Amino acid sequence: MAIGRRDVPAPATPDAGGGLLARPAWTKGLGSWLTTVDHKRLGILYILTSFTFMGLASIEAFIIRLQLAAPGMELVSPDVYNQLFTMHGVTMIFLAIMPLGTGFANYFVPLMIGARDLAFPRLNAFGYWVYAFGGLFVYSSFFLGGAPDVGWFAYAPLTSLSNNPGNGTDFYMIGLLIGGIGSLVTAMNLIVTIFSMRAPGMTMMRMPVFVWMILVTSFLIVFAFPPLTIALTQIVFDRTFGTLFYVPEAGGLPILWQHLFWIFGHPEVYIVILPAFGVISEVIPTFSRKPIFGYPVMILSGIFIGFMGFAVWSHHMFTTGLGPVANTAFALTSFVIGVPTGVKIFNWLGTMWGGSVRFTTSMLYAMAFLFMFVIGGITGIMLAMPPFTAQATDSYFVVAHFHYVMGGGALFAFFAGVYYWFPKLTGKLLPERFGQWTFAAMFIGFNMIFMPQHFAGLMGMPRRTQTYEAGIGLEIWNLVSTAGTFVMGTALFMLLFSVIYAFRNGTPAGNDPWDARTLEWAATSPPQHHNFDEQPIVTDRDAFWAQKYPEASHGDDGSQWEGMDFDAHGIHMPGQSWYPFLLATSIFIAGYGLLFENWPLSILMLVVLVGATYGWAFEGVGGHHVHPDDGAEAAGD
Amino acid sequence: MAADAPTQAAGTVPAHGWRSSSLPDMKLMMWIFLASDIMFFGTLIGTYLIYKGRSLTGPYPQDVLDIPLTTVSTFVLLMSSFLMVIALDALKRNDVAKFRLWTFGVAFFGAIFLGFQVYEFNHFVDLGLTLQGNLFGTTFYVLTGTHGVHVAIGVLWLLSIVVASYVRPWTSKDATNLEVAGLYWHFVDVVWIVIFTLVYLVDFIPGAGG
Repeated sequence: MAIGRRDVPAPATPDAGGGLLARPAWTKGLGSWLTTVDHKRLGILYILTSFTFMGLASIEAFIIRLQLAAPGMELVSPDVYNQLFTMHGVTMIFLAIMPLGTGFANYFVPLMIGARDLAFPRLNAFGYWVYAFGGLFVYSSFFLGGAPDVGWFAYAPLTSLSNNPGNGTDFYMIGLLIGGIGSLVTAMNLIVTIFSMRAPGMTMMRMPVFVWMILVTSFLIVFAFPPLTIALTQIVFDRTFGTLFYVPEAGGLPILWQHLFWIFGHPEVYIVILPAFGVISEVIPTFSRKPIFGYPVMILSGIFIGFMGFAVWSHHMFTTGLGPVANTAFALTSFVIGVPTGVKIFNWLGTMWGGSVRFTTSMLYAMAFLFMFVIGGITGIMLAMPPFTAQATDSYFVVAHFHYVMGGGALFAFFAGVYYWFPKLTGKLLPERFGQWTFAAMFIGFNMIFMPQHFAGLMGMPRRTQTYEAGIGLEIWNLVSTAGTFVMGTALFMLLFSVIYAFRNGTPAGNDPWDARTLEWAATSPPQHHNFDEQPIVTDRDAFWAQKYPEASHGDDGSQWEGMDFDAHGIHMPGQSWYPFLLATSIFIAGYGLLFENWPLSILMLVVLVGATYGWAFEGVGGHHVHPDDGAEAAGD
Repeated sequence: MAADAPTQAAGTVPAHGWRSSSLPDMKLMMWIFLASDIMFFGTLIGTYLIYKGRSLTGPYPQDVLDIPLTTVSTFVLLMSSFLMVIALDALKRNDVAKFRLWTFGVAFFGAIFLGFQVYEFNHFVDLGLTLQGNLFGTTFYVLTGTHGVHVAIGVLWLLSIVVASYVRPWTSKDATNLEVAGLYWHFVDVVWIVIFTLVYLVDFIPGAGG
C-alpha cells in the first residue's frame, strides 16, 4: 500500500526498547502496517476496512432487493434470506458506519486539536485490530457452518440453543464481544486525548464541532457498550455453559434481553449519527464561508442528544406489552429528543443563510444529508407514537425510516466527509465534475430505493419475510425499489472509481484546497509523521481561519504563550510495537476456542494474552525524537 | 473548567510536550474505565435483582448464604483498601521498604478474599447451588464471579508492581502508577460493598427479602 509511505521517517538509530519483541522500525511494507501506532495510518486502516465491510453489506442488500423484486421469487431460500438481512444489519451498524466515524476521528481529532497522536498510541492500534478481527470473526461464519440468522437485534429466545442449534448465533455473540473491546478502548483513548492533548489556547469552547461530537460519542460508547457486552456474555454463557439467563422454562425473562439490547441499541443510533453531525458541522461552515451559526447551542444540543439517548430505549419496545404508562413516558422522551436535533438542523441552515455557498460535491452531500435526515426525523416522530407503531411496526415503513436516518443521514454525511477530507488524506483532489454526477446518481438511487418502502410498509408489507403475495399492490413499489439499487450500485462504483483515479492521477490539492477553518488544514497534505513542525498556538475558535484572516479573529492575541518553547526537546513520537497486534490475535483465536469449546486452545491463547499484556506493560517508552528545524532524527529515550 | 487553564507555568514545558490537563493521562484513563465498569457491574447487579425470587427450584439464597463468614471476608477486603492508602503514602514519602510491604499486604488480603470465595463456591456447589441449577445460581455465580475476576486481576497487578519495584527501584516519581492501581482496587472494594449489601444482607432484613 502506498498511502502514507512517506509518512514515517526512518529514525537514525531506532530505540528497540526492552522486552522479548524489539520495537520494529520498518517504514514500509506489511510489517510497518501491522505494527504501526500512527493515528493517521490507523485512521486510514479504519476507513478502508469499514468501506470493505460496507461493500459486503451492499452485496447482501443487493441480493435481498433482487429477491424482493417481484412477488414469489425464489432466488434465495428463507434460511439464506434470514442470514442476509442479519448480516446486512450487523455489518452496516457495527462494521461499516460506526467504524467509519471512528476512522475519521482517529485521523482528524489529533490534527484538529493540534496534537501529535492519541494519548495511548499502542492502545489505539489494539483497538483497530480487535475491530478488524471481530468483523473477520463474524464473517468467517459463512465458511464455518452458516452465518447468524436471528436479526441484528438477536432477540432472545430466538438465540437459545434449542431454537438455534447452529454456530451462527455464537459467531454473532463472540464476534461482537471481540469488536466491542475495540470500540470501548478507542472511545476511552479519544476522551483522554481530547481532554489532555489540546494545543495551547484551545479551550473546550474553541474545539471544532467535530471534536465535540466525537467526545460526546465516546462517552456514549463508554456507557452504552457495557450493557451490550454483559447481555452478549449472558447469551454465550447460556449457549456454552448451560446457564439460564434467557431460558423461560426456568423463569428467565427474554424481555430482559430487549431492555439490555436497546439500552445499548438506542445510544448506538447516536454513536453513529453524532460523528456524522460533526462532519456536517465542518463541511457547511467551510463551504458557506461563515462560522457555524450558534456554536454553543450546537455543542449543548449535541450533549443533550447524547444524554437523552439513554432515556428513549423502550420506544423500540412499544409493542412488547410494557403497558400504557411506560409507552407514554417513552413516547414523550422520544418527542423531546427531536428538539435538540431540530435545533441543529436550523443551525446548519442558519450557517448557510447569507453565506457565500460553494456547491462543491462535498457540500452537495451535506445538503442532501439535511434533506434526507429531516425525512427520517419526521417518520421518527410518527413512529414515536405508540398507536402508530402498533400499526407500522415490523413493516417496511420502519425499514424506510431508519435507512433515511442511517443511510441518507449518517452515510451521506460521511460521503461529504470523504470528499472534504480526501485531499488531506492523500494530497490529491477528487474529480469535482464527476463527483457531482456520482452524487446525482447516489441521491436518485437512494431515494428510489427507500422512498417507495414507506408506501409498501403502510400497505402492510412485513420486514424480514423473503417474499410477498401478488395482487395486493406491493409489486410496483418493490420493483422501483429494486431498480433503485442498480442506480445506487452504479454510484458506489463511480465513487470507488474516482477514489482510485484521484489517488493515482488526481490534481495535487495543496495544504488548504477549500480555504478551510480548522487546524488540520494547517498541516501538509498528507500530514507529516509528526503532524506539525511547530506546536500550533490557538487564539480563536476556527483556529486556522483566524491565522489566515486576523481581521476576522475575536479571540485573544496569544501573548500568554510568548517565550514558551514547546518543542525544546524535540518532538517525541511513539515507536511501533508488535504487542497490540499480538494481543488482538490472541483474543481473536481465543474466540474460536470458546466457540468450538476447544479448551486447550482457549487456555493457550489466554497464556499468550497474559504474556502479551506483560510484554506491552514492560516494553518501555521507546519512540524517537523529531527535530524539524534541522531535519535530524535522534534516537529516543 | 480546570482543564482550560494553563497548567504549566509560563516558559516551562515538560520534556514530553504540552498537556492541556493537569490530570495524568493514566489516571484520567482509569477514571473513564471505572465509569464504564460501573455500567458492567450495574448490568450484572440489575440482572440479579430482576431475577431475584424467580428461581423455580432451590436452593434459594436463605439456604446457602453464610453472613458471618462473608462478613469476615468483606472485612478483609475493606482492610486491604486501608493498606492501599498507606502503601501509596509510603511511596510518596520515598519509603520504598514500607511501600513494598504494604502493597504486598494489599495483594495478600485480596488473595485471602479470593480464598474465601473459592471456599464459598465449593461449599455452595456441595449444597446443590450450581451455575445451571436455577436462576439464583446463574445470576449469583456470574455476578460474584465477575467481581472475583476483578480482584484476581488486581492481585496480579499489585504483585507485578512489587516485583517491578525490585527490577527497577521505584521512587515517589512512580506514585501515579501505584495510584492508578489503587483507584482500581478501591473501586473493586466499593462494588463489593454494593454486592454484599444487595445479595447477602437484604434477604436477612425482615420484610425486605425477595
